[in-house]
Amino acid sequence: MKDVDIRDISRRDPEPLVLPQMNELKPLPAGLGGVDGPAFTPLSAQTTEKCECGLDGVCALSLPKPKSREEEEVLVKKFLSGVEKLFTKENNWTFLQPLLLTMEACTRCQTCSDSCHLYEASGRNEMYRPTFRSEILRRIYFKHVKQGGVLSRFQHGDIELNWPMVARLAELAYRCNLCRRCAQTCPIGADNALVAHELRKIFSMEMGIAAKEIHENGSMKQLKTGSSTGMNPAAVKDNIEFIDDEMTEKTGIETHTPWDVEGAEYLVLHNAGEILAWPENPGAFATILNAAGVSWTMSSELVGYDSINYGLWYDDAQFARVALKHVGAAKNLKVKKILIGECGHAHKALSVIADRLMGELNMPRVSSMSVLRDIVVSGKLDLDPSRNNFPVTLHDPCNMVRLMGVVEPQREILRLIAPQFREMEPHGVNNYCCGGGSGFAIMSPNNFSDWRFQISGRKKLEQVLTAFGDCLDPAIPKYVCAPCSNCKGQMRDLFAYWNLWDKHQILYGGLVELIVNAMTTVKPGFLEWQWH
Amino acid sequence: MTALVFFLMYAGILVFLIGCIRRVLQYSRMPLHLRWELYPVPHEAPERVRHGGSYFEETEWWKKEQTANLAGELGFMIPEMLLLRGLWEFNRKLWYRSFPFHFGLYLLIGAAILSGMGAIFGGFAVGAALFTVARLLAWSGLALTTLGGAALFWRRLTDPELRNYTGLGDLFNVGAFALACGLVIFGKLAYGMMPMGAFAHALFTFDTSVKMPVMVSAGLMLGSVIVGYIPYTHMAHFVAKYFTYHSIRWDDAPNNAKIASKVAEYLTYRPTWLAPHIGGDGVKNWAEVATTNPTAAPEVRK
Repeated sequence: MKDVDIRDISRRDPEPLVLPQMNELKPLPAGLGGVDGPAFTPLSAQTTEKCECGLDGVCALSLPKPKSREEEEVLVKKFLSGVEKLFTKENNWTFLQPLLLTMEACTRCQTCSDSCHLYEASGRNEMYRPTFRSEILRRIYFKHVKQGGVLSRFQHGDIELNWPMVARLAELAYRCNLCRRCAQTCPIGADNALVAHELRKIFSMEMGIAAKEIHENGSMKQLKTGSSTGMNPAAVKDNIEFIDDEMTEKTGIETHTPWDVEGAEYLVLHNAGEILAWPENPGAFATILNAAGVSWTMSSELVGYDSINYGLWYDDAQFARVALKHVGAAKNLKVKKILIGECGHAHKALSVIADRLMGELNMPRVSSMSVLRDIVVSGKLDLDPSRNNFPVTLHDPCNMVRLMGVVEPQREILRLIAPQFREMEPHGVNNYCCGGGSGFAIMSPNNFSDWRFQISGRKKLEQVLTAFGDCLDPAIPKYVCAPCSNCKGQMRDLFAYWNLWDKHQILYGGLVELIVNAMTTVKPGFLEWQWH
Repeated sequence: MTALVFFLMYAGILVFLIGCIRRVLQYSRMPLHLRWELYPVPHEAPERVRHGGSYFEETEWWKKEQTANLAGELGFMIPEMLLLRGLWEFNRKLWYRSFPFHFGLYLLIGAAILSGMGAIFGGFAVGAALFTVARLLAWSGLALTTLGGAALFWRRLTDPELRNYTGLGDLFNVGAFALACGLVIFGKLAYGMMPMGAFAHALFTFDTSVKMPVMVSAGLMLGSVIVGYIPYTHMAHFVAKYFTYHSIRWDDAPNNAKIASKVAEYLTYRPTWLAPHIGGDGVKNWAEVATTNPTAAPEVRK
């Protein structure tokens, strides 16, 4: 592995600091028969010529190269001004204390490194250490924000602030899933994932630089059309009507999704991606809630029908705007609670991170995992576990589990309805990210997908194959239950890349699909063993 | 020489206390941040702590009193503070070096406190007993800190994993502790010195007529400088750690009137973020920014 020095980040030559080499990555799990995946796709000549690709030969942001040194200097000044703002309460009261504590208290002992799936999967690539980017920001902070002199350099080291460094740091901010597994192991309580989050904020909030998929096609589109999928209220109602019809036909139970019901018990917020990519998920929710006699509704108010909140990953203002729209839609309908569907980041965004922003709009937000557990345990549904008599494992979405503490409800359900349920190791709050966290699941510019499947998803791939190690025979269908839309997106792409369906008949899906599949009032065979 | 040693010892402790208080004030006066907890949270109900769960696992969580599981917190914190449980669990190699170093420092603090008490009760039997224990703690503390500090120094110097994260300051921090304690041990063993009780008494009464071996004096002076230096470096992580755990990792308090009132004040701050979609012009406050739709036509952005 090429040795990377922290100060290399400021190197002026355009060559990537490091190129991940296939033979250096963590060996693939035995379940793949020792077959390596395709090699990294090299960046096109056009991308290399026009975009900043000096980090690792992977390009997530397609950041255009400045045309002159003057332009570079303007950008560097902007970056520095963003760094300074990051350490002021007026601009960053939202995360100032955690950030400052991480900057000032980290002892740089590297205890966190081994907990990071990216670092491990990359074959311990120095640049993917959780501390690598933090060390760069720390040196900038002490030198430029604290205006440290000789003593500061003695304590914290030095760094050259120039455009190549800024450009590389922008990319490096998008080489972290923000899963915070590293923070969990830090004896001091420093949080290197937070540093990646805060760096993304500088780039977005000061410089207008963000991954296109999460800003322009994400939060901006959501605020404009109502959903990052582009569905406006009329389109989403049409789609849901179609799903209701499909569900009625498939289950044999009349399925109806109520819209804009004032005073309902729950406003149900789905990740709108489910409606388009996995329509059986919102359909299954409707089937379960109706069968259990729950009073619920969806909202056709702008943004009120798409639970996503990509601001969580990169921009406080975008985050607050979407969160307030969500809770505003619920208030307008005078519902009693918000029920968050199978979407991990939506769970954390609305329940945890937005909690202190609610003001007068504050109202109860409830996890679908807990509500579904209560329904299943109550006996309101007649369930036949033998319908789910195939190996099932559970993926823990980081946002829902480690970062919110919703751990057991989904397990209680699976223990009741899936006789062959088995855990991944490690699991629960010690889980590994699917590799699609922090927006990566929807990002595939240039060759970024290769990085997602070869590096960020590698640990999850290993976990899945290990969990099914006793039944990898393709004659046995297997199910990875991932109650999170983004995680499912990553699994769909990851499993397809590694051909897990053809090789091992491993399917992924949500939790509600398994519940409906077990309902005796539903026609058998709800779960379709087809790759999708 | 003795006067200088005593002066530096008092000055070191004073500068240390001032630095620590400054740090505490700095961190405690910061605005309340958005929630950023990390599970498991040990003050959760015991049945949930076991699997790392939160009150969000209940469907009517907002109707219930928040759990105050002090035993859970102490059960986590005490082994963490005294035994460095996190390192034991996640970085055993470092624990073998770091634990003796930190525990040695705890013993030295204990020895200093007991010596002070011994000096106060000097005329009584209890004073002598306190000095006996203090002597035991001091010797053990000096030995452990020297060994641990030297081991940490060597690791910093030789471990390729730390190359990018080790500067001269890091080497100085651990090296100076080891050197200071080592000098005191060596000086005392090689040249002898007055009993600990007499030294504590002289220190308390600022009796500079007492004589100390040069090596002991050098060790005490270096140690005093280091003590004063601690709060101005990342070695003050013992202060930071209170906040990283109690104010961040474990801060799962749901919104309430007190929190809402603080946040209402922060929403009047006027951000200056320059990206066009933020529009932080220093005039609009956070409440206005958060309720502006950047995709709407300018006249209907609100």
